[in-house]
Amino acid sequence: MVPTLFGRIQTRLFLLATVGVVVTLLIVPVLPGSSGALGARYANALLVLLAVAVLGIVWELIYHFLMQFRWEKDWPTLFGLLTLVPEGLLLYFLLRSGAVDFIDPVPPAAFWTHFTVVWVCMWLVANGPMRVPFIRWRFRGGRVL
Amino acid sequence: MAPPNTPAPAGDLTPELLGAPEWTDQMVAAAGIPMYDIPFLTVGGGMGSFVTLDYLRVYGVPTSQMRVISNIDTPWQTYEFLTRCSQIPRSERIRSDSASRPDNLWGFPSYALQETWKDKTPAYLWQLLTEPLLNDYWTPRAGTVFESIEREAKRISYWDMLVKGQVRMVRRRVGGGYFTVVTPPEGSGPTKRVIFRSRFVHLAVGYPGLKFLPDLQEFRTKHNDYQHVVNAYEPHEQVYEFLKTRPGTVVIRGGGIVASRVLQRLFDDREKYGLKTQIVHIFRTFVAGSHGPHIWARRKGGNGWAYQGFNYPKSVWGGQLKAEMRKLEGAERAAKYKEMGGTNTPYRRRWQEQMRAGRSGGYYHAVQGTVDRVERAPDGRLVSYVRSNDGIVREPVADYIIDCTGLEADISEHRIFADLLQYGGAFRNPLGRLEVERHFEVKGTASGDGVLYASGSATLGGYFPGVDTFLGLQIAAQEIADDLARRGFVRKMGPLRSTSQWFKWAFNTPV
Repeated sequence: MVPTLFGRIQTRLFLLATVGVVVTLLIVPVLPGSSGALGARYANALLVLLAVAVLGIVWELIYHFLMQFRWEKDWPTLFGLLTLVPEGLLLYFLLRSGAVDFIDPVPPAAFWTHFTVVWVCMWLVANGPMRVPFIRWRFRGGRVL
Repeated sequence: MAPPNTPAPAGDLTPELLGAPEWTDQMVAAAGIPMYDIPFLTVGGGMGSFVTLDYLRVYGVPTSQMRVISNIDTPWQTYEFLTRCSQIPRSERIRSDSASRPDNLWGFPSYALQETWKDKTPAYLWQLLTEPLLNDYWTPRAGTVFESIEREAKRISYWDMLVKGQVRMVRRRVGGGYFTVVTPPEGSGPTKRVIFRSRFVHLAVGYPGLKFLPDLQEFRTKHNDYQHVVNAYEPHEQVYEFLKTRPGTVVIRGGGIVASRVLQRLFDDREKYGLKTQIVHIFRTFVAGSHGPHIWARRKGGNGWAYQGFNYPKSVWGGQLKAEMRKLEGAERAAKYKEMGGTNTPYRRRWQEQMRAGRSGGYYHAVQGTVDRVERAPDGRLVSYVRSNDGIVREPVADYIIDCTGLEADISEHRIFADLLQYGGAFRNPLGRLEVERHFEVKGTASGDGVLYASGSATLGGYFPGVDTFLGLQIAAQEIADDLARRGFVRKMGPLRSTSQWFKWAFNTPV
């Protein structure tokens, strides 16, 4: 990808709200190790997505800064995938520590399965299928609007 | 297409027409030149015309509304000629991104996915995933590109729109639109010229010509020798054939992708046929390492070369550089072009191995210098007088000199542009080429409700860099199609229609 700062942020929010929500709706009932009412689990999983979105804006600022050191001002495909590690870890520890108290503690297996599956699906969509409905998206640094 | 108006006897350009910047219908009729009406006309018939027509066909314009005037039979003909000469036959890989597909405006599935499926080679996907960090950029085979364009050209009925001929000029029409003067193939019609009357004209005529280094051009003219001093974009197989018959020395000029391809061919032949070829490589600008004004604008380089994956930094096609350049005017824009410009070539691992072997084996010698002149030695070989920045003068003797410095030439060398600059209201951009709007309308040439567009190398130096690339042509075509939609010539393209058109592409259903 060759994103601009606003493009990065818009793409993240857009994909979370579309791919992220759909994948979450499909996957929550079968997440390992989770218990409780399905409605509450859905609400909690969607709040996790919200946290990924809010924290993500800060992450994108950092990525944008790091990208400035690249001559091409590009963001290689692999970076887009591997950034799931630091982002996942940060969010996981924030949730474990209770720093984000409006999200109930999530069992590790459920968190990581949910987080990874959503991330990989978003990454796959961003690397191809996104261009099918949105023909101008890649020429505008990832801006949807 | 409407039937031609009844021609008067002559059918050629008259002094009255040649001298008038704007023509009326009556003037054209009086000259007796047959006239055809077509709302959208694209001139060139190469990649630029094809990509633009492809967009417009996908956007919904019927073939009856568009024509392409060309002197070539297929859109890839010139491109294939130039790549083949510069040592990229169909089986070799071009320097272009996997998702830059002239035959597919969505860029999905990318060429890498297509070749993975066709060759059953998942390694391509690994390369795609790890480029450019652990691997070279994955790039498509020239053959893959040409075959997929052929498929798409059939799908959009390209050849129903093709009119053979040479365009002489485009003049504004009083009342709006343009007249395009075409010289059809000899004997194909009763008159020397025909004219197309259109509301929209698009110019995509490519590079005006090859560029020759002055000292080499002087040598060629003086000695009438076009065999030993060659441009890499000309057929020059005689060089490689000669070197198979006896050991020889070749001087290479230039530090771009063509130089690296020619070098790779020379190294390949050395290995394959056990040759003793010696190579002297003259760089006018010798890049010794990373270079650039500050830490946020530094490009890798070394051993004479500047390294970059593609013709431009990747973000010109959609990212930060594209967004920045779009806002710049005049000198600021020229400075930005300069900052990201300069000849460069991709760092390809296989070729780097060959270069290392060449340096350590003593058969590849790189020198910095400018060449004062080239002369013929008494034994018939070629002496280059090379002056380095440190004052040292070298005089390498060679059997052949290959000029790999490129294709650029002044736009006014192309008669259509020369005419536009003189009569059409067009003017030059900060880099000396044709100034176009952000939507690729040629500035200063508006005519009533008509618009003249241009894309490709002639427009380098505009609000969008990267014009002379596959993806650049598509970005231009996208802007043009959207502008035509704003003007009511075609429907807008939204997400649903785009998706349904993509399925048509995927199933190879005619648009």
